[in-house]
Amino acid sequence: MNYAVTRMLAPVRLPFVVTPGEALSRFLSALVEGRLIGERCSECSKVVLPPRGACPTCGIATNPRDNVTVSDGGTVVMFCIVNIPFEGQTIKPPYVYASILLDGADVPLLHLVEVPVDKARMGMRVRAEWAPPTERKPSLEAIRWFVPTGEPDASYEAYKEYA
Amino acid sequence: MRDVAIASFAQATFERSSKDEVELLVDVITRARAESRLSKSDIGFTCSASCDYLGGRPFSFVSALDAVGAWPPISESHVEMDGAWALYEAWVRLQHGDVDAALVYAFGRSSQGNLNQVLSTQLDPYFLAPLWPEGDSLAGLQARAMIDAGVCSEDEIGSIATPRYGDGAAAMVLVAGPLLERASNAAVIRGIDHRIEAHSIGARDLTRSSSTQLAAEKAGACRRDVDVAVACAPYAYQEILLRRALSLTDRTRFTFLGGNSVYPYIVAGLSSVGEAFAKIASGKALSAVAHATSGPCLQQNLVCLLEVQP
Ligand SMILES: [Zn+2]
Repeated sequence: MNYAVTRMLAPVRLPFVVTPGEALSRFLSALVEGRLIGERCSECSKVVLPPRGACPTCGIATNPRDNVTVSDGGTVVMFCIVNIPFEGQTIKPPYVYASILLDGADVPLLHLVEVPVDKARMGMRVRAEWAPPTERKPSLEAIRWFVPTGEPDASYEAYKEYA
Repeated sequence: MRDVAIASFAQATFERSSKDEVELLVDVITRARAESRLSKSDIGFTCSASCDYLGGRPFSFVSALDAVGAWPPISESHVEMDGAWALYEAWVRLQHGDVDAALVYAFGRSSQGNLNQVLSTQLDPYFLAPLWPEGDSLAGLQARAMIDAGVCSEDEIGSIATPRYGDGAAAMVLVAGPLLERASNAAVIRGIDHRIEAHSIGARDLTRSSSTQLAAEKAGACRRDVDVAVACAPYAYQEILLRRALSLTDRTRFTFLGGNSVYPYIVAGLSSVGEAFAKIASGKALSAVAHATSGPCLQQNLVCLLEVQP
């Protein structure tokens, strides 16, 4: 018999149990309690969030003593409008995904903003809407999304370093 | 060629670590930098080693840069291999002559997956990988071939136990030119070479490590009357092949990393060079040979020859 092989299937499945590390574990545990914690670098004083156990600018270790609680309110420094559906998507496009600089942090956090897409803008003030305590898991989904506070927009000067 | 030397080395190995890669790395990089008495700004080139298949996460080497302090921006490269090959790249980079210090680091957290299985994915995707021969099965074939060829007895091979793959990180600082003149306790790399054998297991002679032998010859380490030698491989029986391929004298104190100790995959080869360096830096040896391996059944091997700073 003689026939051409045009396709072969070789399924690969590898299970992993990913552990987040010590600093990120503290951050994730705090989310369940409705708190956001960052780490203040002892050299440059910047607050890194989510914490990684090191200052990415200075390359020095941080530790639990460097933990600081960060506000759950902040400023939209950049955003995009998601128009494309993809597998695993939990909300219907279009929606707003933003880079949010929390008050007291120096690294913006990426999260959803619950706002009509034509109202999204840089400088918009927003606050976290937390999931009810019983539904919170150690993940960023403990925050449903961010909602506009109605405060006046932050000036570009106030956040341009992070945009 | 100009002299390039190892100025410092630091490592941490665990059966299983609660720290993530950045936390493991920031500790060893800080220690290696401090020991070299160089500052962040002295480092002209950085080369990292890791493998995304260990943690099941793409681009883990990018997030690992958080441990380096890559600001202002740095000149940086990466190998998806053991750290000994990152050392090789850094050695080549320092030969260019425009930078005089390099940081090399490696990290791996095998504890997050089943490495014995994961290693099947490095085999050829049409004929071998779909059969999922685990690392242990291929090691068994190699050991069988060695017994059949009369290289050693079944008793000498012992049992083929799954290596105790662990988590770890290591960092090394290299210096050249004026920074080498300023250094103390450095170990000069007199030769370094790496060679690879065919991808197909069936096309190779598994009863000897020809690539180790060739790399040792090219590095000027073969039959060398050195004080110490450090070799590494995941399986205990592989020590027999490495001792033969390196053809060292009886005087050389030989250390084998692997077998029964925790084997930090991706980090082990750089550790091997680091251990050889430590012997020289502490004054216990004037010359050393270090070996690193990668791939199934010792497919790819690196050998380097170190000597005390003149
Ligand atoms: Zn800092």
